[in-house]
Amino acid sequence: MKYVPPGHLDSIVTVQPRYENFIGGKWLAPAAGKYRVNLGPATAKPICEVADSTPEDIELALDAAHSAKDAWGETPAAQRARILNAIADAIDAHAEMLAVAESWENGKPVRETLAADIPLAADHFRYFAAAIRAEETTTTEIDKDLVAYHFREPLGVVGQIIPFNFPLLMAAWKLAPAFAAGNCSVLKPASPTPWSILKLAEVIGDLLPPGVLNIVNGAGGEIGKALAANPRIAKVAFTGETVTGRLIMQYAAQNLIPVTLELGGKSPNVFFSDVMTADDEFVDKAVEGLVLYAFNKGEVCTCPSRALIQEDIYQEFMARALARIAGIKQGNPLDTETMIGPQVSAQQLEKVSSYVDIGRQEGAEVLIGGRRAEIGGEFAGGYFYQPTVLKGHNKMRVFQEEIFGPVLAVTTFRDEAEAIEIANDTLYGLGAGVWTRDGSRAFRMGRAIKAGRVWTNCYHQYPAGAAFGGYKISGIGRETHKMMLEHYSQTKNLLVSYSTKPLGFF
Amino acid sequence: MPERDGPRGQAPARDPGGQAPARISATPAAREAIRRLRAARGGGLMFVQSAGCCAGSVPMCFPAGEYIVGDMDLLLGVIEGCPFYMDARIYRSWDDAELILDVGPGDPEGFSLGPGHGQHFLISSRA
Repeated sequence: MKYVPPGHLDSIVTVQPRYENFIGGKWLAPAAGKYRVNLGPATAKPICEVADSTPEDIELALDAAHSAKDAWGETPAAQRARILNAIADAIDAHAEMLAVAESWENGKPVRETLAADIPLAADHFRYFAAAIRAEETTTTEIDKDLVAYHFREPLGVVGQIIPFNFPLLMAAWKLAPAFAAGNCSVLKPASPTPWSILKLAEVIGDLLPPGVLNIVNGAGGEIGKALAANPRIAKVAFTGETVTGRLIMQYAAQNLIPVTLELGGKSPNVFFSDVMTADDEFVDKAVEGLVLYAFNKGEVCTCPSRALIQEDIYQEFMARALARIAGIKQGNPLDTETMIGPQVSAQQLEKVSSYVDIGRQEGAEVLIGGRRAEIGGEFAGGYFYQPTVLKGHNKMRVFQEEIFGPVLAVTTFRDEAEAIEIANDTLYGLGAGVWTRDGSRAFRMGRAIKAGRVWTNCYHQYPAGAAFGGYKISGIGRETHKMMLEHYSQTKNLLVSYSTKPLGFF
Repeated sequence: MPERDGPRGQAPARDPGGQAPARISATPAAREAIRRLRAARGGGLMFVQSAGCCAGSVPMCFPAGEYIVGDMDLLLGVIEGCPFYMDARIYRSWDDAELILDVGPGDPEGFSLGPGHGQHFLISSRA
């Protein structure tokens, strides 16, 4: 089926001409009165206008958050959990609307937002609702009369800066643990996707006490530092690229506050020849596992953008994969048959295109794709790029640099040792995939690859409860797991003496 | 194109002799954009080449001195008086490519300043 684009008469998504910031539970016009146009990537036509904020708006959001933080921090865990569950229920109740809004703003196919982004976002709030209900801290009997009690206390107000590739799920990943641990958030969405998160705020905004959730839109060059370097935040969390990651860490150092960073990857997806020892459902799964590089048009930090295939199955396995890639349906992201939509922006499209040119200059062989996709009609101006496969070797730039598009770099390896060597020959360490029928090898490979998440005989699954984060320059911290509650808390220790005897020093 | 005169990936972040190893050049449009941005802001600028996800592979433009340069950062060159840095490890993984600073349509990303007129700085390169 085809959904009607947001803003049209029959669409399930209403669009106002202009959106303000969400601060203190209210919609608040940006202080300087400036707005900018938010384009949809499928047509390159405007969706709406959003606030183009200035540092003053960040201060207003921080005022609201600080007004709310004491009461929210003291709200019993059961009540916070009830609110997180209500948020999840509200997301479920508006799942289709949110899926269409996010698809239209980001370009990702609605089949993905319906099946993954939105249900996962709802589940994330439920996971953390459950986690705080079950959370226990420790007491330690130092000796009979001296006991250490440990309490977990919220940090207070945190700054969160999210990326454009999963506007709602990345918001859920950051907001759910922060709220669960009793913090208030000032959240800055990515510049290319400022609006769908505001549709989420329409759905969940009333469920939270005013000031717990604050969303400020604007250019990073204008408000990024005002948030990340602000002495009124107790922590900053960021997903994005390396330079902004370093800058945020630098600001955090100046305020002596902790950071969580997720900065990307160049994830290897390793296929051993035993995958092909039978022609069964598992081979089919493995072939799809390779083609998952095109999931969300490759705009995924963990995109399996390097396929390493054992040389004796390369021809046969790649032939099957290329046939599957040739069958990818590209076009209107709101058509449930569509498998790949447009890149999020003209800048991203240009970057993808220039990387494929670099690959050609380096001598990589284009096995499929390799140019902009012409969709035509109302989508003629959209930012579409064909699913592409480049064959080459791991020292090429297209094997080393994160392209953030539907471009797979494929190479071969002889044996397990060489697979490990190639897999780890990267500055990044976020994700990896291993495909084999040999359980021992799967385990050895998983432990040998220096990455925070090694999908084993699967890929691109993101269940709450499985820790996610980077090794090497891919970042600091782990999300999507209850350990995140520690990243959003401080430990208070009460060291209590039951003895009446003086120490005897003075 | 300017010559690459430093040892590959080994040049220090700071450049005591004032002779930046010119591994980067700029298009006339980029130079004009830098002059315009400097005039509008009334201060110096610096560039740092980014990598990684989302807005990765894009040159980020900051007020001069905003980004703390470390010993692992390589000064690739100076353009219109603005130093251009890149993490040496990332630069090596880019095969020590010759980089060309340019401008293109679209807003800047990350915390980067942009030259206005709906443009952002970008990098093209020769492999």
